[in-house]
Amino acid sequence: MSAPDLTHDGARSARGAAFKVFFALCAFLSILTTVAIVATLLYDAVDFFAAVSPVEFFTGTTWTPENEVYGVWPLISGTLIITLGSALIALPIGLLTAIYLSEYATDRRRAYLKPALEVLAGVPTVVYGYFALVYITPVLDRILPLGTFNALSASIMVGIMIIPMVSSISEDAMSAVPDSLRQASYGLGATNFTVSTSVVVPSALSGILSSYILALSRAIGETMIVAIAAGQTSRMIDLTDPGGMFLESVQTMTAAMVQIGASDVIGESTEYKSLFAVGLTLFVITFAMNLISEWVSSRYREVYR
Amino acid sequence: MSSETERSDPVDASESNFGRVSRTKDVAFRWLTLAAALVGIVALAVLLLNVLVDALALFEPEYSPWLNWQFLTNPPSFSDPYDAGFFPAIVGSIALMIVIALITFPLGVGAAIYLEEYASDGYLTRFIQLNIANLAGVPSVVYGLLGLGLFVGLLNIGFGTLLVAGFTVSLLILPIVIISAQEAIRSVPDSQRQASYGMGATKWQTIRNVILPRAMPGILTGTILALGRAIGETAPLIMIGAPTAVFGVPNSLFSKISAMPMQIFTWADRPEMEFQYGVVAAGVVTLLVILLSINSIAILIRNKYQRKNGQ
Repeated sequence: MSAPDLTHDGARSARGAAFKVFFALCAFLSILTTVAIVATLLYDAVDFFAAVSPVEFFTGTTWTPENEVYGVWPLISGTLIITLGSALIALPIGLLTAIYLSEYATDRRRAYLKPALEVLAGVPTVVYGYFALVYITPVLDRILPLGTFNALSASIMVGIMIIPMVSSISEDAMSAVPDSLRQASYGLGATNFTVSTSVVVPSALSGILSSYILALSRAIGETMIVAIAAGQTSRMIDLTDPGGMFLESVQTMTAAMVQIGASDVIGESTEYKSLFAVGLTLFVITFAMNLISEWVSSRYREVYR
Repeated sequence: MSSETERSDPVDASESNFGRVSRTKDVAFRWLTLAAALVGIVALAVLLLNVLVDALALFEPEYSPWLNWQFLTNPPSFSDPYDAGFFPAIVGSIALMIVIALITFPLGVGAAIYLEEYASDGYLTRFIQLNIANLAGVPSVVYGLLGLGLFVGLLNIGFGTLLVAGFTVSLLILPIVIISAQEAIRSVPDSQRQASYGMGATKWQTIRNVILPRAMPGILTGTILALGRAIGETAPLIMIGAPTAVFGVPNSLFSKISAMPMQIFTWADRPEMEFQYGVVAAGVVTLLVILLSINSIAILIRNKYQRKNGQ
């Protein structure tokens, strides 16, 4: 509020004061939520690390909770493969989409395309998981030696889901590029293509980068698509075998959590507590990425406003 | 941003040899970006068409449509696909949505009012704002763990109950509700606040009589869209131990509930083709139709409001 505060706190605004306290509590609830997330994750994770050494957890290459072996790397490598696969789809398509919306589309077309793209992010992920399992896998199976559960269909589906995250944030960044830069470039005889790729994209780079990081963070935390379509085979990914990476079943961190969460293990078992150790790992990774994305995007805002 | 003609004019003017060559590339690039913009939309449209065809058994005359009255009113089944129904899951989802709306609406709007109208632009406010943005990016499965640890473990409200599910998913969508309510409040012109103060109104009176009525359509739109997201969430429900099958409708806050996405998830596991391509497809179509209706309500509110403002 830029206005001088002419309001005086008389008796009639005692109610107003009470409401102010309530509003402030609502806002502080968000901080409380973060604290609660960290506390609940740590509480059981600490118990878990008393039973399983953190060294074993963070360096182990076998994840078989039923044999009490808890090495998180198969889950992390599974997560990375899905993230890589979805990035290969979403990052270029999202960027090109943003260029179209910002540099080529007429206002009318943009008005139709933007909401249509938002629908992609609004479809429940359980539905996407089902689509990947029963429609995408059988189609791909005709050309590739695919397993029923595989990283490829899951990656494609996750990729399509995160396209709007890339395109909408990137488009915001491109729209923030001052028109004078474009005009100067046209004045030198540049085409739309040159202006887009040599002026607009480099100028909006921090915003584009920020959208990429955010989208990757979403892909890492995506749960239902991978739990349904990628399967539950925890294995270390062999980077020298690009076929095997995508064509077979993998287990991500989130899918492992769903597997334990959907089983009947409760209470004091180490397997139950491993949920919170994996959850903590996932939370730290995604939280760090979201912070970095926020920090990177704040840079383009400062430059052009 | 400049208009289309402004941008292409300089190109048209340069009809040199150099200009023609790079225009080919330019046109190709234009089509490439358009194709990219359509990839996701077309893929989703094809998948939706597929699931609709399967749910209605359009090309399989030997089956009657899976999506029928019996499906919508029967309890679920895991052995007989012809007997399987969606009723408890539909009622569970609607009950869950009501609980979530009752929790998130006052809390989300309250937080937005505080941040927009009361908070000074200091370090603490920026910290809260950054925190809300980050909470919006926390994976939903982690919120499920929060619900499991806090509401089931610490407060002992019980596995998979309506109340625990409501609290958990509420915390999940709260950041989205706050952010959209903030935008709605920010769009109320400052002149209206000044006018209200000029009439001698207190801050609270200004908020209640001027800002909230003006911002309400925007707040409602954002909240309804967030509720749409809430009923699609599955992972948090799995984490808090929502049961894989519920055969009756919930009758209290402490009833165990199922929800549409949860029921779809458990059916999708069945190996039989009748489940995979029939029952699950019918469930998916039902969920999407309900979601679409919810989102249409939000869009209707937004359009009505925009038209009023435009006059």
